[in-house]
Amino acid sequence: MQNMPSILTPDFGLMFWMLLAFLVVFGLLAKFGFPTIVKAVEDRKNFIDESLKNAREANERLANIKVESEQILREAHEKQAQIIKEAMATRDNIINEAKGKAQTEGQQLLEDAKKQIAAEKENALADIRSQVADLSVQIAEKVIRRQLQNDDEQELYIQRILNDVK
Amino acid sequence: MKHLRSIGLLVGILILTFSMTSCAVDKDKPIDIKEAVLGHMSDTYDWHITTWGGHHISFPLPVIVKHHEGNWEVFSSEKLEHGATYNGFYIDHERQGKIFEQGFDDRPWDFSITKNVVQIWINVFILLLVFIPCARWYKKHDLRQGAPKGFVGVIEVLVMSINNDVIKASIGEQNYRPFAPYLLTVFFFILVTNLMGLLPIFPGGANVTGNITITFVLAFLTFLITNFSGNREYWKEIFWPEVPVWMKCPVPLMPVIELSGIFTKPFSLMIRLFANMLAGHAIILSITCVIFVTYQVNAWVGTSLSAFSLVLILFMNCLELLVAFIQAYIFTMLSSVFIGLAHPEHHKKIIQ
Repeated sequence: MQNMPSILTPDFGLMFWMLLAFLVVFGLLAKFGFPTIVKAVEDRKNFIDESLKNAREANERLANIKVESEQILREAHEKQAQIIKEAMATRDNIINEAKGKAQTEGQQLLEDAKKQIAAEKENALADIRSQVADLSVQIAEKVIRRQLQNDDEQELYIQRILNDVK
Repeated sequence: MKHLRSIGLLVGILILTFSMTSCAVDKDKPIDIKEAVLGHMSDTYDWHITTWGGHHISFPLPVIVKHHEGNWEVFSSEKLEHGATYNGFYIDHERQGKIFEQGFDDRPWDFSITKNVVQIWINVFILLLVFIPCARWYKKHDLRQGAPKGFVGVIEVLVMSINNDVIKASIGEQNYRPFAPYLLTVFFFILVTNLMGLLPIFPGGANVTGNITITFVLAFLTFLITNFSGNREYWKEIFWPEVPVWMKCPVPLMPVIELSGIFTKPFSLMIRLFANMLAGHAIILSITCVIFVTYQVNAWVGTSLSAFSLVLILFMNCLELLVAFIQAYIFTMLSSVFIGLAHPEHHKKIIQ
């Protein structure tokens, strides 16, 4: 054993110090060194992963919102077109209705006017007739006063005239 | 221009070094390469810096030994220099340069703060200095503030790659958490120790991971953790594996093989790290010795061969940088695999 070089023969003192030094450095690093570093790096990794996930989700949501807004816009356009179409139809209806109403009312007015005119004409005719009768009576009076002296003849004549008038 | 200046500086340093070595080499005394290489790799009671003009410059370190009678002694390693004896203790260079007590043949209890012990504590200090402030950074900053930059960022990448690609991948998602601090500590301890061992001067240079005591402790810890954390499935697979009955019933062939596997796995961990680091140091030191050996022939041979060996040393050092990382990585990965094998449920789940 002692013919071998010293590096090949275990030495108890060196072994003791090596064990002590290694256990000291292991204890200190296992308590304050490596777990802290590893844990911090793993926490950071998890944080980055989560951030990436969140960003992806936000992006997806944003894309969804875009699609939705486009759909809403399209719907609004369609509704607008429909409303305009309806409004035009309503307008046409109203105009047509108004036209019809105006026509019937005009007709009515015309008829009323015609009736009135007819009545007035009748009245006027009656008036004229009575005046003509009066006039003729007066004329006849004058004529007769001069020609007819006897009452019988006169009476007869009047009767005849009356019948003619009638 | 910049390159020209640095090349000039390099050549200047080369000439200076070579002229110094040619002065320093004692032409009459042959160099004992084996002694020089092994001496540089061995654990010593003092920290030798250099030898200048025949005088050793070194830090003395405390020696802590116990007399065979029973009382402890603490004194400076200076008192044992040059074969001196202090209170009956002396360094026996015939027997691995260890401390012995006069009149006794066996070693006394020896808890001396040797060069390797100092180096280990320096490495521990470096590890704490690197990781505790890094961990504090995370405490101070909210996770919403983002990832760290600069030094803390580099450490984070290293820690997380070992944690995720080695430990989590080998043990499995469910069970890896309790073992991660140990395995991370092992990885960075071996890495820092290997790298510090490549530094030629203080505060590095001690051959720590190329010493079997160190790798034994590390492998033994993995052995303990593997077998004490192993579940019923693991022990069943050792003593009653799913093989034809004749392979385990009259003669327990498979159980014996499996049982020896418990010990050969950490043993291979111990030998692999030790041999790799030892080999690297030995090659670099041997190529360095080429410089001194060739200068003994003459200055011309010395200078030309030294330039060659310098290139080789540079190459070996770069290779050792790589090996320092690879060996730390392999030790951690195999430890994780062994611990993962002691939790076999998740393997079954994958098969199902």
